[in-house]
Amino acid sequence: MAGVAGRMSTVIKAKISKMLDRAEDPSETIEYSYQKQMELLQNVKKGIADVVTSKKRLQLQQQKLEQQVVKLDTQARQALSQGNEPLARTALERKQFAQGELQSLDQQVTELEQQQEGLIEKERQLRTKLEQFRTKKEVIKAQYSAAEAQVKISEAATGVGEEMADVGLAMQRAVDKTENMRARASAMDELEAAGAFDDSLSLGGGGQDDIDRQLHELTSQSAVDSDLEKLKAELGEGSGDSPALGAGEPAAEGEEPRERPA
Amino acid sequence: MIVRISTENQYRLPDEDAQRLNDLDNAAVAAVEADDEDRFHESFEQMLELVRRDGHRLEDGDLEGSDVILPPPDLTFEEARGEFTGEGLIPD
Repeated sequence: MAGVAGRMSTVIKAKISKMLDRAEDPSETIEYSYQKQMELLQNVKKGIADVVTSKKRLQLQQQKLEQQVVKLDTQARQALSQGNEPLARTALERKQFAQGELQSLDQQVTELEQQQEGLIEKERQLRTKLEQFRTKKEVIKAQYSAAEAQVKISEAATGVGEEMADVGLAMQRAVDKTENMRARASAMDELEAAGAFDDSLSLGGGGQDDIDRQLHELTSQSAVDSDLEKLKAELGEGSGDSPALGAGEPAAEGEEPRERPA
Repeated sequence: MIVRISTENQYRLPDEDAQRLNDLDNAAVAAVEADDEDRFHESFEQMLELVRRDGHRLEDGDLEGSDVILPPPDLTFEEARGEFTGEGLIPD
């Protein structure tokens, strides 16, 4: 095969034969395999631990985002009931954005779980193959002449070598993905620090900063519109009049039209 | 014919499937060369599907080497392109 599959096969076989060349004596081959196996099993364990750590971090972010969604929804209601529609819209835009992030986080956590399971399974397969190799080697040594044994053991070592190369590849991919997710998680932390999900939501200030302008471009405005309509309908049921007109119901003396403690 | 799906498992596949697999492989490569991401994923998916459907999974303790090794199922288009132009998935 000349294509993708052919290339993968060639590269892996080249790696295995390099490994076997380095150890022509069957007893060396098995020693080399053990050494490689120990290294790889350590790596796989570390890889699994990394995946678990990343998953925990993402789960923490999920919780934070869920809280933000609730809070932004409350803030949107407050803004609208005070007749500040632009501010309600800003809160809803942030809510939409947070919900989008939540969805992608869900996906990432699922992906990490699959990675974790895959690595555990690969580790088990490699152990089984090595066990089989060990047994087979003893049988071959007992039944064949030294020269024949060397050929047969090398053949058997190919299967182990291939499995080891494959575990290595699975590891590398898991680590790369985990790194990418970590980078994304850091980016979200920075966004949060920059105020995208800030507590204050400038319910008093009302000015649109750079992040709000960006969010305005990022979020689906039709979804925000429909959220806004829904809120208006909910709030409108009580008062009848559109609060945006600023008519009627003067704020009670001493009661600031600001965010109330939840 | 023994086929490995990288990062997954090895399968024993009927020899009649070799030609079909080869055709799909060529189609996948042609799609990469034509910069056609959708067609690449389509061909690659068909390759995986063929192996999983027609193949019998090898026992874990089986020590046979594979005749053909397919890239990992989550291969991206960028990575496939790298297979032909860059270092490939497994740098030497």
